[in-house]
Parts: sequence; C-alpha cells; structure tokens
Amino acid sequence: MRNSILLFLILIITFNACSSDNDIPIINAKITLNFTHHWDETPVTNEDFNSIKFTTKNGEQLSIERLRYVISNVLLTDAKNNIDTLSNYHLINIGENSGLSYESPKTVHPGIYDLTFIFGFKDADNVDSAYKDLNTANFNVPAMLGGGYHFMQFDGKYKDTNIQDSNFNYHAIRAVDRTDPNNLKFQDTSIAVDLGEVIIDNNASIEIKMNIAEWFKNPNTWDLNVLNTVLMPNFDAQKMMSENGEGVFSLGEITQN
Amino acid sequence: MNCASKEEEVYTPIPATLEIPKLFSDKLISPLIPSNNPLTQEGIALGKKLFFDKILSKNNTQSCASCHNPKKAFTDDTRFSDGVDGKFGKRNSMPLFNLAWNFDERFAWDGKELGLERQALEPVRNPIEMHSKWTNVVQKLQNHSEYPTLFLQAFATLTIDSLLVTKAIAQFERTLISGESKFDKHLRGETTLTPEEQNGFNVFMDEARGDCFHCHGSNNNPLWTDNKFHNNGLDATFTDLGLGAVTGDPNDNGKFKSPSLRNLEFTSPYMHDGRFTTLEEVINHYSEGLVNSTTIDPLMKKVANGGVKLSTQDKSDLKAFLLTLSDYDFINNPAFQE
Repeated sequence: MRNSILLFLILIITFNACSSDNDIPIINAKITLNFTHHWDETPVTNEDFNSIKFTTKNGEQLSIERLRYVISNVLLTDAKNNIDTLSNYHLINIGENSGLSYESPKTVHPGIYDLTFIFGFKDADNVDSAYKDLNTANFNVPAMLGGGYHFMQFDGKYKDTNIQDSNFNYHAIRAVDRTDPNNLKFQDTSIAVDLGEVIIDNNASIEIKMNIAEWFKNPNTWDLNVLNTVLMPNFDAQKMMSENGEGVFSLGEITQN
Repeated sequence: MNCASKEEEVYTPIPATLEIPKLFSDKLISPLIPSNNPLTQEGIALGKKLFFDKILSKNNTQSCASCHNPKKAFTDDTRFSDGVDGKFGKRNSMPLFNLAWNFDERFAWDGKELGLERQALEPVRNPIEMHSKWTNVVQKLQNHSEYPTLFLQAFATLTIDSLLVTKAIAQFERTLISGESKFDKHLRGETTLTPEEQNGFNVFMDEARGDCFHCHGSNNNPLWTDNKFHNNGLDATFTDLGLGAVTGDPNDNGKFKSPSLRNLEFTSPYMHDGRFTTLEEVINHYSEGLVNSTTIDPLMKKVANGGVKLSTQDKSDLKAFLLTLSDYDFINNPAFQE
C-alpha cells in the first residue's frame, strides 16, 4: 500500500512538472516581451502614423510621426527577492517596427514573479555615451542638458488654436534645471514601473501595453498649445511628463506554451 | 599566389579589416560588412581600380570618380552631374564616406539603393550617367589585359560578372572612412576649439537654437547623420518626391536622406538638388527659410516662423563649428587617390 501511494505521488509530481505540449519538464522558461501600444482602447501601430486621428484629454487632435522609447532594468523578482534581469535596457521604435518583441537571453524557473522596469534610465544608469547602440541610434541628450539619453522621442503634429497643423516634440529626458548654466540641477524623472504579478509555468510571452493617451492625461492635462516644442530644457514639463508616465504602462496578456 | 589547382590558379585573398577610428569604435556599434562580401586586400584594390576606371562607361569617358572626386570628399562641385552623353541628372552627387555605418542600408538621397553592392549596379546602366550595359562592361573587363587576373585573385574566378564588379567597388567604398577632423581631434583632447567654434557647437546642440543634433548626430555620434529621411522644409509642393517615389507612401513625399555634415567644406553645393551654394545659405534656410508642407518633419519646429531665427553671431559661429568637421587627412589620403 505504501509503495502504491508513493508511486501515485511520483506520478502526480511528474505530470505537474511537464509542459502541456510535449511532456518535457520545463526547468528554465524562455521569456518574450511583446510591446503593444494603444490610444486608450484603440490599438496603435505604425500604420496609424502620420494622420491626425487621435484626440488628447485637452481636446487637441494629433498625429504620431515618430515614437521611440527606452526601458531599462527589466526584472523578474520572486517572493524571496531573487532577481532575474531580463534586459539591462531595450529600445522600442514603433515607427520602424523595431524592438516590439524581445526574447530575453535569460531564462527563469517556473514560478510567481513581480515584473518591473524603469521607463528611461535611473540616474546611475543614464551615463553619457555608455551605450553604443543608442549612440548609433542618435538617442543622446546634449551635454548642456546633462548628457545621457532620451527616455522617449515622441514627435507629431497637432491642430492648434487656429486649426493649423503645428509640430510637437514630446521628448522625455532627465529633468534639468538650467537656471544657472554653470550649476545644473537634476531630478531623476525616470519612471519605476511595476506591472505586478506574473505566473510563469512555461515558456511565456508577456504583453507590455503602453497607453499613449496617458501621456497627455493624468494627473496633468496636457495642453499642446502651451507645451509643444523645446521641452527638453523645460524642467517643469519634464516633471509633468514623468508624473503622467506613471499610468502609461500596464500588463497585457500572458501566453505560455 | 599560394597554390595552384588543376585548371586555373587558385588564389586565397588576404582578409582585410577596416581602419576604424578609435572614436568610432568607442561610440558606435561595429560597421556592417556583408557576410557574402568580406573585405580582402585584393578585393579592395580591385574595387579601387574599378572605381577610377572609365571602362565602366559606355564610351570610356567616365568613371565613378568623375562624379565622386576624392578631393571633394567623393562628390563633385556641380549642382547636377553630367553623364557620358552630356545629360544632367536631377540630384546632387552624394559624398561617399563612413558608408559601412549606414545600418538601414538605404543609400542615395531617396533611399532607393538597398545596399552598397546593389547601388553600384545602377550608375553603369543609367542612361544619364554612364549609359552602358553590364554585358558590355563585363565583356570589356573580360578582354582586358589585367582584370581577369585581378578578379581571380579577389574572387577566385576568371569569370567576371556584374555582381563581382559591384562587390569589389563596395569593398573599396567601405574603406572610405573619415574620422580625422579638427572636431575629432578636439574630442580626443588633442586640440581645442576657438570660442566661436565652441559656441557654434552649442548652437548645434541647443534644442532652443539650432537643434541640429536630432538629425545630424553629435559628439556621441560622430557620423554626423542619422542616416534617416526627413522633409526639412525646402518646398511647399514637391517636384521630386524623394523617398515617397520609392516607397509609394505619400507620407514619405519630399523626404530625403540627411547627409553627414562631415566635410561640408568640400561638398558644395548642398541639399539633394544642390540648390544652396554656400553654408551661409544652408544656415539661413534653417534660420528663416523653412517652408511648410504636409510631410514636413515635426523636428522643423519653428516652421510657422520660417525657422529658428538664429542671431548673426550664432550663424557665424555655427558655420565655424561645421568647418571643424572638415577632414583634410581624408581627402588627401593616398589610399583613396587614383
């Protein structure tokens, strides 16, 4: 009888440890991050670029012509505070359809994790000229603004108060106060994003959603007629971007196979 | 020759590597070398000979160098170049350097040439350029006293074809690296800028003044181009659709490649159609001359005001900075002369 129970337990454990597809135990799961973009509930791809079809909370109609951003320190953290780094940093360029899917070279054990990342770079990682691929992609911030990198370059056109098409450059960087050009004062305006709990029981594709409309919405209702261009050296605008960015990202579907 | 085979001598070409400036290797990812066309000493030498040889043209009167003069940073000094029949094109000849860092591999003002090798196919058969036929060119090369041996040494075959010709030319073109300007030396700590040059650089990097860096690189991107396509406010309507004619996307109409700002001193006239003769005209365009259109780049932020309205001093200093990107070592490099 004891042997039968033991055999039964071994079978239960064995089946639970197998993948659904091929019964091969998953020791380490591959993680793929898929970045999707939305204007509130409406999906946005580069097919939607270059036409004025979106409306901000403040009522401005706008187009998207260029939208690329970097995230860093993409981490999975388990209940024991063990951390797996999926990516040190990653550039997403919606217009060029690049970086929209990222398969981490790091595999993880099946389990329950908290998925977090930084929008942009924390001060310690925002090191001028440190990342060759970002230099090559022309994503740098001028030294007069403290150097380092853009967090986001978001360009387009909006209908101004005269119903004319005007340009906007919503560029997020580390906020810098240039009141005294010889004594720049910085504020880390990168955004710590916690997407919450993800359960990994097999190779997983995790959707990370950006609601682009949120950049103009909450808590600061963005008025493009006031804040449209030359925002990089605008300390207060950068803080507002960072505040609005708190609600931009969310966890989407997780598929496992 | 290393060894001989049964029917024809087999030569193993000697691998070559690009001489990459330290500034480039420090700042940029590695240049792009196609796996099917690795650099070899023999391939580069053959490519150079072909680049300067008028045998590629219909009547043996023009070479690649006729429109891409080393002393002019591999462009020429006319608005439009004339071909073998005296006909003129509609675009300004592009300078050639640092091409291996064009990772999108879209070449020419309108991006129609997908890869350096493919680009080199076009001018030979273009009726307003060399106006030849590849079959004729190959025949001339095949009958030449030297070329068959040179192709054998570079590509291990005596049989010449257009693909091998363009591979060799592309190898040579990839060696055209410019990284020894005054500004490069400044970044290496070997020289200092004048106050005017430094202010000009600040104008270039200041989003509230020149804001040139978003398209034209920076001290951290020494290519001084993003290798992308932009409508920079030249015209309200387009007689030349540029990238739009290639992609068929109306949103690309009026967009042209942002050229590198290196060696501007040698590459006049400027813009895709060579409409500006001087750097002052170029700077004035961005300062006061921007024209709105449906596809104008959002980075042309002050288009409603005609431009960024630089002061006279800032204009002068910006020009002074741009001239620090002149690379005399490049235009005088013996390896790049005929």
